[in-house]
Amino acid sequence: MADLQSQDYVRRSASTMTPPSARSHEIEVAKLIDVSRCIGCKACQAACMEWNNLRAEIGHFEGTYDNPLDLDPHTWTLMRFTEWDNDEGNLEWLIRKDGCMHCADPGCLKACPAPGAIVQYANGIVDFISEACIGCGYCVKGCPFNIPRISQVDHKSYKCTLCSDRVAVGLEPACVKACPTGAIMFGSKTDMTAWAGERVAELNSRGFAKAGLYDPPGVGGTHVMYVLHHADRPSLYAGLPDDPHISALVSVWKGLFKPLAVAGVALAAVTGFLHWIVAGPNEVQPLDEAEAKHLIHADEPQ
Amino acid sequence: MTNTWQDIRNADVVLVMGGNAAEAHPCGFKWVIEAKLENNAKLVVVDPRFTRTASVADFHAPIRPGTDIAFLNGVIRYLLEKDAIQHDYVRAYTSASLIVKDGFGFEDGLFTGYKEDTRSYDKSSWNYDLDEQGFARIDDTWQDPRCVINLLRKHVDRYTPETVSRICGTPQDKYLKVCEMIAATAAPDKALTSLFALGWTQHSVGAQNIRAMAMVQLLLGNIGVAGGGMNALRGHSNIQGLTDVGLLSNQMPGYMTLPSDKEPTFEEYMKTRQFKPLRPGQTSYWQNYRKFFVSFQKAVYGDAARADNDWAYDWLPKLDAPMYDIIRAFDMMANGKINGYICQGFNPLQAFPDKGKIRRGLSKLKFLVTMDPLDTETSRFWENFGPQNPSDPASIATEVFQLPTTCFAEENGSLVNSARWLQWHWKAADGPGEAKSDLWIMSGIFHRMREMYRKDGGAFADPILNLTWNYTDPVEPNPEELAKEMNGKALTEVKDATGAVTLKAGQLLDGFAQLRDDGTTASGCWIFSGCYTEKGNQMARRDASDPREQGIAPNWAWSWPANRRILYNRASADVAGKAWNPQKPIIEWNGSRWAGIDVPDYGPTVKPSEGVGPFIMNAEGVGRLFARDQMAEGPFPEHYEPFESPSPNILHPKVSSNPAARVFADDRAAFGEASEFPYVATTYRLTEHFHYWTKHALINAILQPEEFIEIGEVLAKEKGIEQGGWVRLASKRGVVVCKAYVTKRIKPMLVDGKPTHVIGVPIHWGFTGLARKGYGANTLTPSVGDANTQTPEFKAFLVSIERTTAPVA
Repeated sequence: MADLQSQDYVRRSASTMTPPSARSHEIEVAKLIDVSRCIGCKACQAACMEWNNLRAEIGHFEGTYDNPLDLDPHTWTLMRFTEWDNDEGNLEWLIRKDGCMHCADPGCLKACPAPGAIVQYANGIVDFISEACIGCGYCVKGCPFNIPRISQVDHKSYKCTLCSDRVAVGLEPACVKACPTGAIMFGSKTDMTAWAGERVAELNSRGFAKAGLYDPPGVGGTHVMYVLHHADRPSLYAGLPDDPHISALVSVWKGLFKPLAVAGVALAAVTGFLHWIVAGPNEVQPLDEAEAKHLIHADEPQ
Repeated sequence: MTNTWQDIRNADVVLVMGGNAAEAHPCGFKWVIEAKLENNAKLVVVDPRFTRTASVADFHAPIRPGTDIAFLNGVIRYLLEKDAIQHDYVRAYTSASLIVKDGFGFEDGLFTGYKEDTRSYDKSSWNYDLDEQGFARIDDTWQDPRCVINLLRKHVDRYTPETVSRICGTPQDKYLKVCEMIAATAAPDKALTSLFALGWTQHSVGAQNIRAMAMVQLLLGNIGVAGGGMNALRGHSNIQGLTDVGLLSNQMPGYMTLPSDKEPTFEEYMKTRQFKPLRPGQTSYWQNYRKFFVSFQKAVYGDAARADNDWAYDWLPKLDAPMYDIIRAFDMMANGKINGYICQGFNPLQAFPDKGKIRRGLSKLKFLVTMDPLDTETSRFWENFGPQNPSDPASIATEVFQLPTTCFAEENGSLVNSARWLQWHWKAADGPGEAKSDLWIMSGIFHRMREMYRKDGGAFADPILNLTWNYTDPVEPNPEELAKEMNGKALTEVKDATGAVTLKAGQLLDGFAQLRDDGTTASGCWIFSGCYTEKGNQMARRDASDPREQGIAPNWAWSWPANRRILYNRASADVAGKAWNPQKPIIEWNGSRWAGIDVPDYGPTVKPSEGVGPFIMNAEGVGRLFARDQMAEGPFPEHYEPFESPSPNILHPKVSSNPAARVFADDRAAFGEASEFPYVATTYRLTEHFHYWTKHALINAILQPEEFIEIGEVLAKEKGIEQGGWVRLASKRGVVVCKAYVTKRIKPMLVDGKPTHVIGVPIHWGFTGLARKGYGANTLTPSVGDANTQTPEFKAFLVSIERTTAPVA
């Protein structure tokens, strides 16, 4: 979303040229969400709605505190609540702020077939550039965290920008600023990793032996990280993937299938050209016209 | 709060009981997190539900709603039995060694002096054994069985862990674990902070819930120290200010009390307000009451309040009932005895108990004036909104005047926060549409009324005609002028004993120590004196520097009284004046005076050797473990069941509920029985909303859109209730149809061997605003209040529940 010049890009979807990476001297940023300090107050959700000026529908109560019920083009971050009876038989109420993880190796960007629709900046933020988005939904398939949502209005894909517009001018993301308990911190990835180490040590001292940092290597690490009391079981937290990887389909598409497909497209073009040479141009027949008219009117309300 | 929000970080144990700080006070809760991170504090939650606070706690123990006194009396028993009290503190700073006179006793649930016909006590036996000079006798050795500490020991002896568990439903092991964590703070250098809110006040024994905890804190030596205290987290912005300026029917500003009709003269009134010390040499600061009172009358009536008319004492209203609280007012309304109502900044149709009765009361009025920034349910009570408000406009004659007001961000002024800080705020925007400030509206009503009295006379015109109104803009007095009026000023030149001029005429006072009872000073609210001085608006200060990084920033805003941040801070030091906790001193004796990071709550040069107690407002000079005649239902807290309870009082079945609580006949008839309504219900807030206001705000409505109740998995299964399915929740007073949240966070409790289910009822929904229409929790709640304050019993009542289908609109 941010209006940053393309010199910021370190990666660009569906592009063969290497971005200029003119700002690669920039440090990588990270948001650290300390689940053990979070009280689920949704101030981050409200701040996200305010800064991005988004308002989802007023929904219904659906048997959960998760409101709205899911991420959507108007809801880029969402508190997800899980009630869990732990192994000692005591209840834990696990509350996780869900949203884009800003992977170092973003599956959405890899899957995206639209040149420049998904980019990654030197600071690590992965951003969607709406003008270039074709709404194909491949980013949804490519995301191991099930984050992007396609608007049914303009058929573009939307998700958290990590407030790239704020970060670009030296501010922290809106959710970070709003969090009353300091459960969401923001800084360089190095600093956040170090701070997470302190938090994990403190949690260990309170009996959470398996506390740890969630920075999954399967996606090259992330620029949104969690401190979890139960880092050995991330999926307890409303299905946070235990070991996220980019879908094998995306790898096949990018690695093997894409050159084949390109070759196929090229072959079709060559065949077409030969056909034109040999048989002349295709003419539109009256039957075709009738069929087309029928198709156009089929969409109209009855 | 005795302490401050920031001070919570100094605690070693944070006990959240009678509140849900993370849910209702998420911003202030940051200091609890700080305590955990920076002070390695343990967070303990005692609550019927596993709350948002519990989600970040080190330990959670469940408790049946309405049984907190049984739990806390059990804690007191545990502390005394294990000798886990701070001995030096208890001996020197509490009433432990004072001797109670013969004749006081407790039997079968009643203290001595009970009068069944009036449901009240003759409290004459609830007193100390006084000597000839009127001082309480003491026994420092605690040998005398009539010592307060020994009577207390005897009183709580019945609250064994087994009994506590039978009453509260708290498993014994969890209860004992909480006792152990609390007891750890008896060490002189350890502190526990008690964070509570309406989870304690909204009971028929609300005030005694809090007293019980205050007694625990005194025994642990946790009052007056950093990281300690009794910290009431106030439920509304500026509700602290409301009580400070006496906006209760029996109060005057600064916690002075209105006269009763048994006090026809000023001297009669002052007789019970002299506050003679009960121990030799004690400060008993209320001895200055006459100065505060006369200065108040001068602020209100100016030159018309004179010595020869007893400072216009006759113009004050004289109460013919203990108070005209909301329960009494709406009972009178429903019975046709009140027929006009100016409702300012209140939404009683949502906020007061027994919604049906509130609606009936409003329907009988001749006129209703509402003043509010929002389109409240109260303003629209007469309209038919379907099952959520089934009014019949044709049968209601009430004329309603709905006056839109500005809100806090649309005017200058001050708000008093939970920590007693008066913080000035500045207007950020104009109000919308025709909204006018409350000051403009109230001034307009006053001017018109005064004009009518002038023209037409009236039965008692003097109090209106003589009111001072010397504001630059009499139509809309400016908030700065009002603040100065509260602060107070010299009316004439004031001289000290030597004849030297201490105050020039018109000079703003530096503090309440300058107030006089000879009519030369005026102050609208003595405890606010010092908030707006010749140095300017102290409330507008914004210097956050905190010299010891201990949570005290003396130049941020202004705190009553006297800019003191921690009340009773003399008790943070031992008898000789050294801090109990050398790591976190507040004030210490430096050889010539008390010095430190806070304003001493004590004579600044009173030597430790003088033996003056640290609780200077109390006539005893010490903290009270025996409340004398101050409470309606007894000097010690006793467990009484809620008025609607699933089980008998196992301690004294004949006196089950609070014997001193006032119950109106209509309300008693509307109490339900456990046979018909077998489940315990309790009401509460959700963090996404603030009462009935934020459902008018789009973002809040999105974040929590629709009314629901919370029910445990076991009961849900028993009743065939599905996750998110519709239920019909009923009490003797009304029915709510809404969705159910089936949760693991409420589990059945074993109460006296019987499984007891709790159902949670969030309060936020009504029929105006943006969120979906709801019935509101007060459709169900009983109309009975605490015996001392009349705060309604919203936290424990009985309901039934069945699965159903969506209501037809």
